[in-house]
Parts: sequence; structure tokens; C-alpha cells
Amino acid sequence: MKKNTNELLIKNGRVIDPLNGIDKVADVLIKSGKIEKIGSISAAQADVPEGCIIDAAGMFVTPGLIDMHVHFREPGDEEEETIASGSAAAVAGGFTSVVCMPNTDPTIQDETSIEFVHRMGRQARKTHVYVMGALTKDRQGVELAEMGLMAKAGAVGFTDDGNGIQNAAVMAKCLKYASMFGLVVSQHCQDNSLAGGGVMNSGYNSTILGLPGISPLAEELMLWRDIQLVKSIKTRYHAQHLSTAGSMDIIRKAKEDGLPVTCEVSPHHLLLTDDTIEEYDTNYKMNPPLRTAADIAAIKQAIKDGCIDALATDHAPHLESEKELEFLYAPFGIVGLECALGLYIKALIKDGTIDWPRLIAMMTCNPAKIIGIDSFKGSLSVDKWGDVTIFDPNEKWTVDVNKFISKSKNCPYHGWELEGKVKYTIVGGEIRYRDCGTNAR
Amino acid sequence: MADKFKWTRKHLLGLRDFSRQEIEYVLDTADSFSEVNQRTIKKVPALRGKVIVNMFFEDSTRTRNSFSIAAGRLSADVVEFTKKASAISKGETLLDTARNLEAMGIDIVVIRHEAAGTAKLLSRSINASIINAGDGYNEHPTQALLDVYTIRKHRGSLDGLKIGIVGDIAHSRVARSNIYAMTKLGAEVTLIGPPTLMPPQVSKLPVKVSYDLDEVIEHLDVINMLRIQFERLASNPFPSKREYSRFFGLTDERMQRAKKDIIVIHPGPMNRGLEIESSVADGPNSLILQQVTNGIAVRMAVLFLVSTASK
Repeated sequence: MKKNTNELLIKNGRVIDPLNGIDKVADVLIKSGKIEKIGSISAAQADVPEGCIIDAAGMFVTPGLIDMHVHFREPGDEEEETIASGSAAAVAGGFTSVVCMPNTDPTIQDETSIEFVHRMGRQARKTHVYVMGALTKDRQGVELAEMGLMAKAGAVGFTDDGNGIQNAAVMAKCLKYASMFGLVVSQHCQDNSLAGGGVMNSGYNSTILGLPGISPLAEELMLWRDIQLVKSIKTRYHAQHLSTAGSMDIIRKAKEDGLPVTCEVSPHHLLLTDDTIEEYDTNYKMNPPLRTAADIAAIKQAIKDGCIDALATDHAPHLESEKELEFLYAPFGIVGLECALGLYIKALIKDGTIDWPRLIAMMTCNPAKIIGIDSFKGSLSVDKWGDVTIFDPNEKWTVDVNKFISKSKNCPYHGWELEGKVKYTIVGGEIRYRDCGTNAR
Repeated sequence: MADKFKWTRKHLLGLRDFSRQEIEYVLDTADSFSEVNQRTIKKVPALRGKVIVNMFFEDSTRTRNSFSIAAGRLSADVVEFTKKASAISKGETLLDTARNLEAMGIDIVVIRHEAAGTAKLLSRSINASIINAGDGYNEHPTQALLDVYTIRKHRGSLDGLKIGIVGDIAHSRVARSNIYAMTKLGAEVTLIGPPTLMPPQVSKLPVKVSYDLDEVIEHLDVINMLRIQFERLASNPFPSKREYSRFFGLTDERMQRAKKDIIVIHPGPMNRGLEIESSVADGPNSLILQQVTNGIAVRMAVLFLVSTASK
């Protein structure tokens, strides 16, 4: 490939653009960083500079993938990840846009921090970095944060992620206030009184391992409470990383009632149960915790029924020395950006739970709509940003955490055999990632 | 029969995956060390030159001193590590502590810690043999071994015995290890306590559960009283001490309704008057102090056995 321009002709790929109902072999032309045309386009017609033609035969060509829940640890914990390293990891995973969570140190809760994140993202020049601001000051769940000023600075939503808003009156106030700005209020559903200082799912496994457990009710009760509030305070509400069968029932009902409610699910909650914690390996410690096979089945059914809007990794980097603690004390979280696509394919495509357009929708137009960027991203309509992900759905590869671009390698996927490899990640017509593995052209 | 069996475990992390044969092997080995403890000079050179670290992150009277004495009787050198006096107070992690001690040349680590899984974590992080002396709510294998050893010594066998474990099952590593040891040796175990002190999905374990001590006590051959652990509980799972002892305390009155030869054991320390009345603790059915004496032989056995597997 020659030097980066923002013009590309992508030929012969299977183009899957769920928003526009496209699923066919076609060519995609990007000019001046924007989608110009999808169809049968010859090189002459395309008139792109030399070296700006990609032959995507045998591959899938989709709108750039979006991960609406990542932690890039900057400011404050730059040794774990920076916006630069996280962005690079994101494009390696095929993501052209990500949404950072505000639980940094200091918390992202004012216009200056929002602008800082945007600036660092631009400088990194990898994935497009969006950010949610805190709902309450220092995420303490007491006083409102400056949502208005953050909205003006370009925040795409608000959340106290890491914490759930414990007090119902405060949550009602947050919903009311946020409704002024048309941005989504995103909740980490966890009633702390029921979570009981737990470090894994509460159940048979927590009993035999002797660890304090987090009851499924801790998630379900807050989710249910918030839905009731949304019934009267009609603000857009998004439930993060849902993990239990009970939550699926609650979401299903909320959608049947036509409420402005969306939700997301993480790859580990589709693939791993709390049986994996046998050895007290902290790579299986995250919040919400791994649950049971019955919960996984219920989540997959909900995805099949269309109740789950988005897939998001909750990419949570930690150093080895931080995770190498007693299970009780190790921090929650695992990374996931660089193998997410392969994991989703393993969990949802391989066993026929959903088809490709549905999977791609949950990673493109759906999250784009939730965070309000759908007028220029999330699909391949003419004039949308030239954000495109090209991947080989059949390429088999083995996860090697030591090759991760992310600064942190904390995840349980090392050695996993996956199918589905990102070959090109294109942002605004620029190739920001290219797979230089054995099969690269 | 014991000589055909080969001991392969380098660590003693818990009893959950032990076979009946392995448990009996430990008890048989303890029998031979019991004999040593009758001699005038209670010492054998079995572990001479070996270094055993007693790594205790929680307070202990019985377990710690029992391991110390056991190690001494095997002629090993003992290093006493106490969390309160260590660089843990300066923020050093568990693994860094273990690695630093390992660099000094140690053979066995006996670890007690408030977090479940620490013995397992150490076993995959350093080369020494690891013996779990109690990790959070998970297991306390040597306690269960000395408990079943005591019962076996008194009754010959645990097959068919009905054993009740009474108290805070949810937060008890002694209960868990005992459930495994006792059921594997053929006993029928009933857990007794208020529902607020039972762990989640306890019925999936191979035990019976009862919230009514009075209903079950007349059927029991052995009753194991657990201490109500005030220092572990964040908020009270029962309204008052007197209500607890009224419903779940081992009183003289309840002993009248129990079998004449019922065995009373308790891992210690006791809250006299709360879970057990003094007259019962000090009475003819109590084997509580024998437990402590037997603990030395059992721990000698365990130290000896793990060191043989390391070769």
C-alpha cells in the first residue's frame, strides 16, 4: 500500500450493511474520506491513486465496527493503557469508533476532560475516540455532574460506569436533567447492598470456592427500578453489560412496552460460566461476573429475539502485577478489543444463533444510533464517513496475548482458536490497520 | 494396604478432590506419628535440614503452634512469618513476599490467609510445597483431618455415622473441609443453622440441611460445633446472641436428649455460653482437647507426606 490517502476502492468483497439491507458481493468506493458508491465499480471508474485498491475477494466488507464500552485509562492509569495504545488495539480488532468510559483518575466530568480525550484520540490517529461523561460528581451518585457543558463539548452520553446510581431519587434527577440534551443515560446496574462485596456470581460455585458472591438480583433489581423511572421520565436509557437471565426478561418487557431502552452484552457473558473460576485465576474475574449456562442461554435467546441492541467488550486493561493478586483483591476486568470479532463469531454465528447481518448490526448501526453518531457513521450510505472494516470470516487464528498491541494482556483467551480475522480497518478512507500476518496480501 | 498406595501430592490445598484412600493414608500416617508423641524424646529426623515457613496472615493459637511443634518434632527448622510484623504493611504483595522467602531457600509453606484461593495461588507461583492452613471461607484441610482422625480413633470408623455440623456454615472453611472429609469416609452429614448462615445452593452438596437443632440432635453420633465468627460478619445474620444460643447452642439440656455416647467436637476457639455451654465443652462427651493433641500427629503426617512427594 502506498502512503495514506483518504481514497479507496474495495473490490469483490461481500458487503454487509445492515442499516441499508445490503448483503451482496459488491465494490465500495471511498472518496475524500466519505462513502461515494456501492456497486460494480471498475478501477478506471474509481479513479483512485495507485495502490489504493483492495481486493477483498472472499472477505466481508462492513461499516466500521463500533465498540461503545471501553476503558482507556487515561488520564491517571497510563501504565495500564493510554488513549493511543487503546486506539491502536481497537483498530487491530477492526473497530473504527469506540466510546471511552469516564472512570479515570481524575474522573471525566467536565468539558476540559472531554476535550482532552478527543484531542488524544485525534493525535493517535487510529480509531475514532468518543467518550461518555460521568453522570454524577466523582461518580459518587450524589450530585449531578456538568452534563450540559460536557454535551456541548461532544460527549455521546453519560454514565457512572464502575458504579451504579444507588439512590432512586438521584437516578430520577439524572434522567430528568439528561433529557435536556438528548444524550443517552447509561447504567452499570448494580445494587451494592445485594452485591455484598462479592467477587464472583453467587451460587454453587461461590459456595464451594469460599468466595463472597454477587447475586443476580443486584443487577436485576436496579435494572427493573430504572425501567420504572424511565416509564415516567422518558429519557433514553442504556443498560450496560447485562449478564443474567432475569435481566433478559426485564429488557424484553421494557421493549414490548415501547420504552426508550437499549442494552449491550459483552463477549465473556456469551462464552464463559463461573465454572471457570475453579483455579482462582483472576482472568475470570470481572464485573458483572461470569454467570451460569442458563444465563448464557437466556442471553443468546434474547439476542435471537432482537432484545439486545449492541455488543461491547468492556475492554478493561490491568497490568499482570495488578491481576496477580488473591482472587478476593484483584481488580475486576479483562481486555477484549483485539479478539472481540472472533469471540462474537464463536458465540453467535458458529452455532447459528444469529446470521451475519444481525451480528454486524449489533456492532455498527445499532451502537451508532445509541450514541447519536448514526447520521455520519454506522452504515455505508452515500456520504457517510469512509469507516470500513474488512475481515476474513473463515481465517482461523490462535489468540496470543503476547502479540496484543494493548499495553495490558489480562484476559482468559490466550491460546483460544478463533475464526474470523480483521484484515483492514479503515477510518475516513485511511487504512489505520492492516493485518500483516501470514495471509496478508 | 497402606504400603501399596503411593502418595503423590506435593501440596495440601484442600480435601475437595481427595479420594477416600488418600484421606485414610494421612490418618494411618498420623497413627505412626502419634506413637512418636508418646516417647520421652518426641523427635524424629525425618525433615532435618528442611525449612518450613509458617506464613500466617490471620491470628491463630492452635493451628500455628501445632504446626510449629509438629515441624520441630520432625527436626525441621521453622520460620515464623506474621503479617502484622512484615513488609505487607508497606504494601508488599503476597506473591512478592513468597518469592522473597523462596529466594532464602524454603521447602514448605504453611499458609493461612483471609482470601480464598491463596494456597492455590502460591502453589502455582513458587516451588515450595504449600499446605493450606485456612484460606478465607474455602478450606481448612488439616482441621478436618484431625477432626475425622479424632472420631476414627474413638469409634474405629466413620462409616454410617450421623454427624451434625452446627453454626455459621456460610463463612466456615472448617465446615467445607469437614463436609468433604466426613462424607468421603462414609458418614452422613447434616448442616444445622439459621437460613441466613447457610451458603447459596448448599443443597447441591452431599449433605442434609436442617434449621432445627432440636429435631435432629437425638439422631446424631457426632456433633461438631462451629464458632460464630463475629469478626468476619459485616452485618448480623441473627438478631442477638441469646437468641442464637437458645436455638442453636449446645446446652446441657440438649445433651440430655442426645445419644448417651454422642461425641462433641469443636475446632476452637470457643465462645463459651454462646454456641456451647462450658459444662458440655468440659464434659465427658467432649473430645475437644483430644482434637488439639491429635492435631500434632496429623500435622506431622501432612508435613512428612508433602515432603516425600517433592522428591
